[in-house]
Amino acid sequence: MKNKTDNPVILDEEVKRPGKLSRMFITLSDVFQFMGRFFKEGFLPPYEGKELMKQCYDIGYRSLALISLTGFITGVVFTKQSRPSLAEFGATSWLPSLVGIALLRTLAPLLTSLIAAGKVGSSIGAELGSMRVTEQIDAMEVSATNPFKFLVSTRVLAATITIPILTFYTAMVGMLGALLNVSMSEGTSAKLFFQSSLESISFLDITASTIKAVIFGFTIGMVGCYQGYNSSKGTEGVGKAANSSVVIGMFLIFIEEVVSVQFFGLFRT
Amino acid sequence: MTKEQISPEKVIEVKGLYKSFGNYHVLKGVDLHLNKRENLVVLGKSGTGKSVLIKILVGLLTPDQGEVLVLNQHVDRITYKELLALRLKVGFSFQNSALYDSMTVRENLEFPLVRNQRRLTKGEVNSAVEEMLDAVGLLHTINQMPSELSGGQRKRIGVARTLILRPEIMLYDEPTAGLDPITCLEINSLINEVQERFHTSSIIITHDLTCAKAVGNRVAMLLDGKFERQGTFEEVFNTADERVKPFYDYNFIQ
Repeated sequence: MKNKTDNPVILDEEVKRPGKLSRMFITLSDVFQFMGRFFKEGFLPPYEGKELMKQCYDIGYRSLALISLTGFITGVVFTKQSRPSLAEFGATSWLPSLVGIALLRTLAPLLTSLIAAGKVGSSIGAELGSMRVTEQIDAMEVSATNPFKFLVSTRVLAATITIPILTFYTAMVGMLGALLNVSMSEGTSAKLFFQSSLESISFLDITASTIKAVIFGFTIGMVGCYQGYNSSKGTEGVGKAANSSVVIGMFLIFIEEVVSVQFFGLFRT
Repeated sequence: MTKEQISPEKVIEVKGLYKSFGNYHVLKGVDLHLNKRENLVVLGKSGTGKSVLIKILVGLLTPDQGEVLVLNQHVDRITYKELLALRLKVGFSFQNSALYDSMTVRENLEFPLVRNQRRLTKGEVNSAVEEMLDAVGLLHTINQMPSELSGGQRKRIGVARTLILRPEIMLYDEPTAGLDPITCLEINSLINEVQERFHTSSIIITHDLTCAKAVGNRVAMLLDGKFERQGTFEEVFNTADERVKPFYDYNFIQ
């Protein structure tokens, strides 16, 4: 008999306890169905524009302070740590290029996404999880509305849109940190610093960074929503959803980073 | 509502309904019907499957076996689109109210309305929300957050949010659970007012016999996964059945 709802609380109880391997395949199948539903419903009208804007604002605003601080410190520390090695070869003038490339290619997307996975992913997981266990999602369903569109599509889209913007912001703040360090130690002017940095950054770097940030953002939103939307077992389930959103989100981001480095490396050789 | 005003037309009909969770068999051949404009109280101990029954009625759960007809439609055999249309006619008031806690009272009521009737103007939505809040006596809470409301107020707002779609059938899941006796009486009056004013047919799930007596035109008692006793309040409880007597004694003697 076909299930008319995607209430996992009940599904959990309905099925007989399968083995570990079966459970893994069931979960994988659930994840793909969940993603499929997003692509099927997320871009079709009626749109939840107001909620999408609210989520974009929330995700950006919630992470901004931490991202600014982390980006700036990373810029300062990375420059400070790289300088002695370059000085050995008398190549300290390469610092701006090195920092620019490192920040844009890897540090900014990775740092931004890891922070967002911690702050945004856990928040989405906990929020949707608590809505599930307090029957708020069921209440949306029985009032003939589409909770998936309102809660999941908007959050996944918002994370996918916002993380790339935050990534470039992190890169910019990181560069400012690096500039501070370089100008203090080398006396390099801001104009020369940015000129050297930007000259070394290619269009491929910007494209690759944007694509990576989009994928990371999608991952954070999707993992948080999946864990929260499918949480069960009361308050314990809410905590578990928040925790899993962070752990699984970060794990997937690292895997995606490794894969993307290999992939974009093909275009650089 | 007098017996004469209750129509013999059946709005809900359940035949031979079975539902299990793993090895735990909750419903074992349930037969039940609800007449038009009737208030039917479903009684039973905790864990006997009362809430499961009404969740099956709105398609939140699927039955293992049996027929479930709501407004002459087989809930488990219709398409998702048909189910959504049916859900517009069946209101569900949750045990814990299930108010959206990130939204104000106004937004809670607007949420189902604007998504189901997209052609309504802002003014029409506002007046519908205000009218419904007025009907439950809580117009003054319109800009409050659910966390600022008492348990009784939350229940009322939950009912108002359900009623805003003008359902033909109301399903109340433990409407008086966790409330003080005075608020329980207010909720009982509200259920009767809803029936009178909005001409709804209702199933009220409870184990509160005061509520059952106050609102029920008919009472059905769920015992061991089946409705073994149905009738008026007096008919159901005028028995020496050891499974029923303690229930009555606890509510009215203790």
